[in-house]
Amino acid sequence: MNSDIAKLLPLPPATFHILVALADDDRHGYAIMQDVAERTGGTLKLSAGTLYRSIQRMLEQGLISEVRQRPASKDDDERRRYYRITAFGTAVAKADAQRLFDMLKLARARGLAPEGR
Amino acid sequence: MRLYRALLHLYPASFRVEYGTEMEAIFERRRRGASSAGRLGLWVQTIGDIVATAAAVHLDILRQDVRYGVRALRRTPSFSLTAIAVAAIGIGANTAVFSVTDFVLLRPLPFRDPDRLVKIWERTPGYPRLELSPENYRDWKRLSNSFSSMGALWTIASNLSTPGTDPERVTGAAITWDLLPTLGVSPRMGRGFTEADDRENAAGTIILSDALWRSLFGGEPDIVGRTITLDDTRYQIVGVMPPDFAFPSRQVEFWRPIQLSVNDKDRTNTYLTVVGRLEPGVTLSDAGAELNGIAGRLAVQFPDQDKQLAATIMPMRDDVPKQSRFLVLVLSGAALCVLLIVCANLANLLITRAAGRRKEIAVRAAIGAGRERIVRQLATESAMLAIAGGVLGVALAYVALPMLATLAPVTLPTAGEPTVDARVLVAAAVLTAFTAFAFGVLPALRLGREADAAGLREGARGGGRRERLRSTLVVAELVASIVLLVGTGLLLQALWQVSRVDPGFQPDHVLTLRTTLPWPKYAPTEKRAAFYESVLGRIRALPGVSAAGYISGLPFVVRGALWSVSLHGQPQGLADSRSVSLRYVTPGFFTTLAIPIRRGRDVSDTDTQKSPFVAVVSESFARREWPGQDPIGQRFTVAFFERTIVGVVQDVRMRGLESEGEPQVYIPYRQITDGWMSTYAPKDLAIKLSVPPGQIVPAIRQIVKDIDPGEPVSDVRMLGDIVAQETAPREGQLRVLGAFAFIAALLAAIGIHGLLAFGVSQRVQEFGVRIAIGARPSQVAGLVFRQGVRLALLGLVIGVACAYAAARALAALLAGVSPADPLTFGAVIALVGVLTVIGSLLPAWRALRVDPITALRAEY
Repeated sequence: MNSDIAKLLPLPPATFHILVALADDDRHGYAIMQDVAERTGGTLKLSAGTLYRSIQRMLEQGLISEVRQRPASKDDDERRRYYRITAFGTAVAKADAQRLFDMLKLARARGLAPEGR
Repeated sequence: MRLYRALLHLYPASFRVEYGTEMEAIFERRRRGASSAGRLGLWVQTIGDIVATAAAVHLDILRQDVRYGVRALRRTPSFSLTAIAVAAIGIGANTAVFSVTDFVLLRPLPFRDPDRLVKIWERTPGYPRLELSPENYRDWKRLSNSFSSMGALWTIASNLSTPGTDPERVTGAAITWDLLPTLGVSPRMGRGFTEADDRENAAGTIILSDALWRSLFGGEPDIVGRTITLDDTRYQIVGVMPPDFAFPSRQVEFWRPIQLSVNDKDRTNTYLTVVGRLEPGVTLSDAGAELNGIAGRLAVQFPDQDKQLAATIMPMRDDVPKQSRFLVLVLSGAALCVLLIVCANLANLLITRAAGRRKEIAVRAAIGAGRERIVRQLATESAMLAIAGGVLGVALAYVALPMLATLAPVTLPTAGEPTVDARVLVAAAVLTAFTAFAFGVLPALRLGREADAAGLREGARGGGRRERLRSTLVVAELVASIVLLVGTGLLLQALWQVSRVDPGFQPDHVLTLRTTLPWPKYAPTEKRAAFYESVLGRIRALPGVSAAGYISGLPFVVRGALWSVSLHGQPQGLADSRSVSLRYVTPGFFTTLAIPIRRGRDVSDTDTQKSPFVAVVSESFARREWPGQDPIGQRFTVAFFERTIVGVVQDVRMRGLESEGEPQVYIPYRQITDGWMSTYAPKDLAIKLSVPPGQIVPAIRQIVKDIDPGEPVSDVRMLGDIVAQETAPREGQLRVLGAFAFIAALLAAIGIHGLLAFGVSQRVQEFGVRIAIGARPSQVAGLVFRQGVRLALLGLVIGVACAYAAARALAALLAGVSPADPLTFGAVIALVGVLTVIGSLLPAWRALRVDPITALRAEY
């Protein structure tokens, strides 16, 4: 595994969820919050402070980038900035997901986790 | 929403600018969606969130800045190491000096509620601090309401005899039974004194210091109830004090009840040191007013003995010898000077370095780093340097402290010595923060401001303002170092002055020791005389001894021992202006110390209580009392009897090299009434040797042991060492100040060099142009050199003025050397001149070598 990637693992939960939120589409901050809340069924609610601190760090780490060109949308807002996952960000997210999957396998082998499909 | 916006200020500005608006929008949306009860929850949640994440964001930035800073500092190791070393010198010097200052002046005394403890003295015209007489002490204690308790003591010394070992001289204190409770201290084992112990003629009881307990009994636990023998009297041990108890001073090794006699009604016999504990709520001035009122009433009641009596009262913490206090303040001032120079130097170093990084910073600004981030980055770097310097500085202080510790007086009521402890470390941390701020933040702020202006412009050069700031800093360094150099020079002169003073005797090859004869065994005068005669007779017979004599108190060792005289036919009572330094001597004392007998004769073994009472006086006494007359045969009264002058000797400085002291009167050792004036019984033995002392001391000890096996020999030292001791504090102080001055001058020279060298490197192109259009290289070098000289002149003018002001404040330490001493000022001006020239030469030489072609090509 790339050592740059390994250095970032394991990802903090907030970072992982933001990467997942951006995996299919560019989103602005509030949209990320909503997406995370929706996907986790409301169990994880990112606070604004955590969100933007994470975004700042992820920008510096090169996991995401800011999109200057906003997608044309009716509820676009002048004040919003959009973020896009980078190739490096995708690689890191995959690596972390793999790590989680491997752990899950280990847990299953000992009956600590339900069998998946 | 105003509150929310205010909260956002907890974040770094860069973060706030970037995300503040969006966060605000999100919050606004949530708030609108919430019920009024939900809003409260939202606020609580939001505030918690902002505080926590703001701290985290700050930490993120700090981590990043530190990483970046380490890289940046590593790239320029010589700069980094210089800066750290310079900071370490400044912080180390101040930390070491602070630990002494703290020890001498600041640290609370190791007693319960030490702020409420006061010292109390009698005050009469001309004598601001007299000890109390027992009778006045009893009255003041009885009549006052300002104190929850009061206790008294006086310092004593006794011969300690332990079976199987040589007797030993130990210092202790006779204390009232309520002194220890007043201080709020109790023994670590056993008990304190009771009122019954302190009654006149009660059985002897004693409390030992931890040190004496360990040395006598090897720290055995069961010693309470055992006895020890002091001055042939047995005392029962009732307790042992804790190791950190050292009252009234470190030398004291035991305490016993003072047992003041209720029949002692003499209010002029003042010898009690008095400590009081203020009642809660009573101020120092309340207590002083009350005591003065009582003293005033006593003065009316006892007009003979308590005439014009008043009281002096001060916090116990402030009872520090004046010289020590002054010395510590001078050192603190000097250390601060060094720190200021250090900061100025570091600031200059940093500005220089920052100027070299203008492009780097401009690039960072251009790619979006805000001014705040750049300032933060620079400030972090200086903080890192300062912290490294601080750590190294504390190590330096630790190493240097033993040298400084000797400057602390031993008379403080605290055990131990100045150390680098938690208090001192906190001070070092504060100093480090101050240093980091002084040399880092200001330049960083300046630079940050410039970062906005286009530093990227090719060839942009430091403006005139920065040059001026740097010059100001260098001038400030010069001023501070001149002040220190002048102070050092003046104190050096004062030291020479003092060591040139003639003490009035010849200390070379004179061995001194003390045999204190205990009362009541030696109360009869003839019994003492027999001891002196046999000791002196046998010592004089030793090979290598040319003379020997006893005196009641050696000069420089016993400084007081004053008595007032009255002249034949004059009434008593004019006594105040008539005091003399009174000594009892044996024949041979004057010869031993080579004190010339100007007229008449030495005292003699035939001057007894049955023969006429005589005295030998000093020239100054004869001059004062009988100006222009022959003093031989004149009569005066001192120590209860009228005496006739039979000899005149040269004056001796009894009080030490730096004070002329009172005129001296010497009385034959036999002309003292049995049992009277025990402290005036001769006890100091002086022996003139022609062989090294090591060869003869065992023989002398044996002689004393043969004559009285219970008699200890103590304080064996050479008179020359006693005299040298006189100047030791000055030497210690001078060493420290000299080191500071040296560091300061060196830093100032480095500062000048740094400024000029940087100036040259910035102006290479200008010089190139100048030379290309026809200026001679020497003219260009002259330009640089003249700049250095201008700075030096400005520094000298201001520095000399400041130094003169500082010298006048130092006057008390100067032993008569003028604060405007031309030699000192001349030398300092010359020294600074030379340093400036040296500091300017290298840069000027570099300017001389500027090659116009290279210089101009570099630009385009």
